[in-house]
Amino acid sequence: MHARVSDIAIPDYLNEDWSLKSWLTTHDHKRIAWLYMVSITVFFFVGGAAATLIRLELATPQGDLVSADTYNRLFTAHGVIMVWMFLIPSIPSVLGNFLMPMMIGARDLAFPRLNLASWYIYVLGGLFTLGALAAGGIDTGWTFYTPFSTMFSNSNVILAITGVFILGFSSILTGLNFIVTVHKMRAPGMTWFRLPLFVWANYATSIILVLATPVLAMTLALLAAERLLHIGIFDPALGGDPLLFQHLFWFYSHPAVYIMVLPAMGVASEIIPCFARKRVFGYRFMAYAILGIASIGFLVWGHHMFVSGQSVYASMVFSLLSFLVAIPSAIKVFNWTATLYKGRITFSAPMLYALGFVGLFTIGGLTGLILASLALDVHLTDTYFVIAHFHYIMVGGSVMAYLGGIHFWWPKMTGRMYPEMWGRIAALMIFFGFNLTFFPQYLLGYEGMPRRYHAYPPEFQVLNILSSAGASILAIGYLLPLGYLLWSLFYGKRAEANPWHATGLEWQTSSPPPKHNFERTPTVLRDAYQYDPQTGTEAPQ
Amino acid sequence: MSEAMHAAQFDSAAQQEEAATLGIWVFLATELMFFGPLFFGYYYGRSHFPDGFAAASRHTEVMLGTINTAVLLTSSMLMAIAGEARKANATRLATRMLLLVAALGIAFLVIKGIEYRHEWQERLFPGAGFFFPEHQHAAAARMFYFLYFGMTGLHALHLTIGIVMVLVFALGLSRGARRFANAERIEVAALYWHFVDAVWIFLYPILYLVGRSSG
Repeated sequence: MHARVSDIAIPDYLNEDWSLKSWLTTHDHKRIAWLYMVSITVFFFVGGAAATLIRLELATPQGDLVSADTYNRLFTAHGVIMVWMFLIPSIPSVLGNFLMPMMIGARDLAFPRLNLASWYIYVLGGLFTLGALAAGGIDTGWTFYTPFSTMFSNSNVILAITGVFILGFSSILTGLNFIVTVHKMRAPGMTWFRLPLFVWANYATSIILVLATPVLAMTLALLAAERLLHIGIFDPALGGDPLLFQHLFWFYSHPAVYIMVLPAMGVASEIIPCFARKRVFGYRFMAYAILGIASIGFLVWGHHMFVSGQSVYASMVFSLLSFLVAIPSAIKVFNWTATLYKGRITFSAPMLYALGFVGLFTIGGLTGLILASLALDVHLTDTYFVIAHFHYIMVGGSVMAYLGGIHFWWPKMTGRMYPEMWGRIAALMIFFGFNLTFFPQYLLGYEGMPRRYHAYPPEFQVLNILSSAGASILAIGYLLPLGYLLWSLFYGKRAEANPWHATGLEWQTSSPPPKHNFERTPTVLRDAYQYDPQTGTEAPQ
Repeated sequence: MSEAMHAAQFDSAAQQEEAATLGIWVFLATELMFFGPLFFGYYYGRSHFPDGFAAASRHTEVMLGTINTAVLLTSSMLMAIAGEARKANATRLATRMLLLVAALGIAFLVIKGIEYRHEWQERLFPGAGFFFPEHQHAAAARMFYFLYFGMTGLHALHLTIGIVMVLVFALGLSRGARRFANAERIEVAALYWHFVDAVWIFLYPILYLVGRSSG
């Protein structure tokens, strides 16, 4: 395989031209992935700074570090930045951008200029949202619930939702690009059921991006009309209904959870077979489960509104449908586990992240069932139980998988190996730090501690201190990769074309790849993940 | 088609065309969902205030709205002819059809503008000066006219983009830029135009016709 890579002929995509202009005007999906990676990393640490202040405030029962109002602005900033500027674009726009064309044997996405445009739109939206923060922040929570956001809040709601509105179009264009690329750009022999599951996952995610995001955009526009012009459909004084806002908001924002977690599942499905040296168990069921989660995910938004005054009958249906999502999700967890069975497992850093993802996603998913139960939800709504649940999915699940993917494909992206020992240390620190931060929050929520308050009764302090202590470990865990990955750019060992002996097409070209990915369009001969656990060998696609 | 006519990421011009066509369909799916909350808001208002929405709808200019429906449907037909003509390499016919499509689009906007003017004069614009003669329905009518201006305004914005696009292709064709204004691109523009038309086909009955029968 090494022989197929020539050392002299074509410069790789990084070395072609290093000028700033060549980066800012690039149409190369691999370079655009880097643009996204740098920008979302910046936002991740801004959002993380807000989280740090939140955890510091909650170390003591008294509201002594920041005022209640500042606290509102902190958790809103944390939510808005982490959801729209980090999690939604994380895996699709960074890893997806880099890998989707390579995994299907294409030279680029279908619409490279559109791809670059979507990054500029992302930056513009990000600037508006940062502007809202610089101007003093927003105090509505990331959900922008009316009538608070339209009639009462004195903060920079309009600036913030303008930012989110713009960011949405970046998502939509990325989704559109992926859908067309997967349909029309597959290399000869790359049939649908030979696609790596990462491609399936990002394809399903793209459908959600394209169909759900515009609903949020219009809903925010209606919110803006109501706040600015005092006309609208959400304000009861105007004959409107605040529940209408919640329906429309969650019609996007629940599927948004699947925008965050489906690509993470895709990453885990690449890493686990590779480091277990075994074909993924039940490939077709894995693909169908992805589509199942994406479609049922559109029908469960009402479970965010069980105590909002929505009809009980509607709630019953939403509860049942929410339980249904657990079925394809469980299929995936069981299949990852079955993939490990009798595999030749190596616990390298990407594998540690992927296994961490599976475990944390399972806990997050199971507690989701508790919240989907109507009677239990009455007790748990708006408590730390909810916070713990969705952080297990979004941070334990998506961020773990994102980092796992970054490590797994780092050699391909940079041509350098990261330091393996540091990678493992960081993965373990993040896993332990994460659990220490968020598991106590399940207990706090179960005992009745409400979310969104900067002070709390003293009996909750022990668990809160554990949580804040965990957060400090988690913070170091996140700073470590920032350090050693940057270090490896200059001092890391040179990477081979296929250092993990993986089967995907992206490993059949040099590290880093040439501008158009392959010297000639590859022909696909085999199904994905042809690993042999007996010998540990693999047959490339 | 020669090899040079497709972008580097594609293997063939045919592949590029297929990608463009699928791309516009996906884009239109997004557009449909973008209009979604407005239609959902209308559904909410009409189911909660059936009498108020009917009363408000009787104040719309049904004659102008009907004429506009005919204008837009005709434009869509001409757009389809333009596409077929371009495919058959009848570029002059295609150019003329595109110019007519744009003219009808502009006519629609002018008529819509006249309607807006009437509604402004009758104080139906849901701003500070809003006034509705049937007082018991004032709140519902205000919501109706908010949705009316929101939906028709967004539609008009889309139509304006469509007009510019059609004019660019007409100009390109008339100047002999045959590669720029090729049949596939005109087909893609036509899909967009038909979408804007189809949105109007839904707006017309829900905004203009709802209250007429129960008057």
